Amino acid sequence: MTSETPAHPDHSTDETHSHQAHGHRQSFITKYIFSTDHKVIGIQFLFTTIFLLLIGGAFALAIRWQLAFPNTQMPFVNKAFFEASGGQITPEFYTMLFTMHGTVMVFLVIIPILAGAFGNFLIPLMIGAPDMAFPKLNMMSYWFMWPAVACFGLSLFYEGGPAAGWTSYPILAALYDAAPGSGFAQTLWLMGITFVGVSSMMGSVNYMTTIINMRSPGMTFFRMPLTIWAMFITAILQAFALPVLTAAGLMLIADREFGTCFFVPAGITVNDAEPTVGGGQPLLWQHLFWFYSHPAVYIMLLPAMGMISDMLSCMCRKPIFGYRPMIYSMSAIAGLGFIVWGHHMFISGMNPALGMTFMVATIMIALPSAIKVFNWIGTIWGGHIEFNTVTLNSIAFVSMFIVGGLSGIFMAAVPVDIYIHDTYFIVAHFHYILFGATLFGIFACIQFWYPKMFGRMMSEPLGKLHFVLTFIGMNGTFFPMHMLGIAGMPRRYANPYLHEYLEHLLPLNQFMTYSAILMGAAQILLLINVFGSLIWGKKAPRNPWNSNGLEWVAPSPPPHGNFEEIPLVYRGPYEYSSPERTDQDYWPQTEHEIVSSSSTTTA
Amino acid sequence: MKRLWWIFFLMIWPVLAVIVSLLTPQLQWGFPLSGQSDSPLGGEIDHLFYLILIITGVVFVGTHIALGYVIWTASNRPGDRRAWYTHGNHKLEMTWTIIPGLILLFLAFYQMRTWAEFRMEEAYPEAAKQNIVAEVNARQFEWRIRYPAPGKELQRKPQLDDMYGVNELHVPAGSPVTIHLRTIDVQHSFFLPTMRIKQDAVPGLVIPVWFEASEPGEYPLVCAELCGWGHYKMGAKVVAHPPEEFDEFMKKMHQAQFNDGFAAE
Repeated sequence: MTSETPAHPDHSTDETHSHQAHGHRQSFITKYIFSTDHKVIGIQFLFTTIFLLLIGGAFALAIRWQLAFPNTQMPFVNKAFFEASGGQITPEFYTMLFTMHGTVMVFLVIIPILAGAFGNFLIPLMIGAPDMAFPKLNMMSYWFMWPAVACFGLSLFYEGGPAAGWTSYPILAALYDAAPGSGFAQTLWLMGITFVGVSSMMGSVNYMTTIINMRSPGMTFFRMPLTIWAMFITAILQAFALPVLTAAGLMLIADREFGTCFFVPAGITVNDAEPTVGGGQPLLWQHLFWFYSHPAVYIMLLPAMGMISDMLSCMCRKPIFGYRPMIYSMSAIAGLGFIVWGHHMFISGMNPALGMTFMVATIMIALPSAIKVFNWIGTIWGGHIEFNTVTLNSIAFVSMFIVGGLSGIFMAAVPVDIYIHDTYFIVAHFHYILFGATLFGIFACIQFWYPKMFGRMMSEPLGKLHFVLTFIGMNGTFFPMHMLGIAGMPRRYANPYLHEYLEHLLPLNQFMTYSAILMGAAQILLLINVFGSLIWGKKAPRNPWNSNGLEWVAPSPPPHGNFEEIPLVYRGPYEYSSPERTDQDYWPQTEHEIVSSSSTTTA
Repeated sequence: MKRLWWIFFLMIWPVLAVIVSLLTPQLQWGFPLSGQSDSPLGGEIDHLFYLILIITGVVFVGTHIALGYVIWTASNRPGDRRAWYTHGNHKLEMTWTIIPGLILLFLAFYQMRTWAEFRMEEAYPEAAKQNIVAEVNARQFEWRIRYPAPGKELQRKPQLDDMYGVNELHVPAGSPVTIHLRTIDVQHSFFLPTMRIKQDAVPGLVIPVWFEASEPGEYPLVCAELCGWGHYKMGAKVVAHPPEEFDEFMKKMHQAQFNDGFAAE
């Protein structure tokens, strides 16, 4: 920070900060790299996660290649990566691939793109605050992602890479001798998880404080957009669940490096090594891990749900159907989310009586999810929609979420889960949630808030083409996974066709791989659209979607400090098509009852 | 026209999904091999699966019809007619909270008996409790099996006259049998796809697992919990013998394994 660093806005909301919106210059480094501006940090998160999304996607394509054409030469990359094994993917490399695919997608893409990119960018803008409560903490939250990326990246170069799956169950992940991938790479992987956790934790503290303390005058809790509610609930989830994962990670590091025995029982002989001593219990890791990672599933979904609600309401020109039920159902999902972790462990060997309680809690979590779906349908009902990229991606979100939610009931039911646990049915389920729902939600968000981020519009035709190809590729890849699961194909098999009862599934797997390649290729369009529109995009007006939210009152893109004057909030964000307003079909939150519309409307 | 194309595009996929799902049994993408479970408990699991499939299928079709309908009407609204100004409907909210809630509760409680039968020791079938045939000890990447000598009971500790096998578990058909599942290294999972049985093997625990092969024959046994690079190779089989031949078979195995030149006592 140089001497040019401005005094930070002092964070009381009753004072105007308009002077801060202009007139101070910053060097390139403080403005774009070590920035404390929440918008720059959000955009940094966005670009980083899009980059990592491509890496995670490349891992996924390699996995799909192996499942469709087991032990054949990879095209293009065989020389570079697989020369030692004759251009083929070895089983130990395959375990590393799916481990890192899961790790990158969950910890470095989905969680940071929702909370990091959109949470950061939108929270202050949508509640009318000049910045986050703790701008420097916010900056650190971004920069703590890089040590994590470094740890994960470095771990790939150790023998085998981390290869215990993204869940890293001990004993496999606890003992160096357990597998080629259980060497130092696994310790690096655990350190990476710790860094990601620290990063999210700093973010979540910041979001909670900002939302509680820095709302602009008139922005009561029940006038907040659902995006903010979702971010708030997500931040609470993270704050309570993350410490458990961090503690578990440190315990596992201690087991690996310092000879403790939290997770390692006595008398285990792995790979003809010395028998272990000590009296740990490997199930403890599963309990601790899923105590975080089940709420994490909602951390990966709730923000998208909130943002979809806002976008659907705006695109349908209609108030959100059941604003309060939406909030209550999100809270119920979050609350129940803490007592359902055991459904990942039905057949793990834990006390079977727990299976029953976890089953009831898990099945009941389908209820708030169903309420949300009904309310989204209710929001479209009687609306006035136009099919643009945002609408299409949002509708795809609802449709895909229905599939992902319904398939969840199968595995929530313990007896059925006995059979489908650890088969491709599970893989289908969570890809419908994380890709089908969350990622389509993110595509919609990018298109919707891009004008606010960069002051330019994204291309509609490109966006639609990207949507069509991704939608076809996505369903072609993931829908057949349900069938594979029912046919009994287990996850994480480098070559399932060794087993006679799975041989006939090869053509289906090949079809899925072609779909996946289509889906992967379609993301090139996303890149062209995101980066090309920076240069060629049409200049965006302040409020291109005629939306009510506070963020559209600020200039596009908003300057440091966001608003020219502190916005005063008079009503909730969903007053579309109100009969009281005859001149236009939206009613921005900042406009008082009687106002001549011409002063604030934009073309 | 454009509007029609988008509605078609968004709504053709649930139609395709339903068609593909209905064709699944014919295309043999469904339950493995014959499509029928090879054990009575598996039959109950299939029954529960189909029950959930029907309920979720109806909900899937219903919500998508509703979604298609609202999209259709919302995109066909004349330009001068505004959207319907409503913030929701309390009665509707109550209806779509209570009805799904009751269905879900019913589903949850309806599952419990089968789960208890499979996993709660009090609810095991009597025959399964008495008929403990073997200890299955998993390791990277094979299944080691220890049988008690004919006429003896399986002991926790290996006995001098125990019999050993690898990757072939011999059981009698037509009656419930129990195995004791252990692992000597990492977690594994004992997965009989055609019998719908799965149970993780946990280091430090001995977990009883019972199953019943309805017919004599060979059934695949695979590992379903990631156990290292060779996880996919842990294929084995359960061989179910006709009950009347099973004792004879075990005796022969005992003779073969203890045929060391000394006379029996």
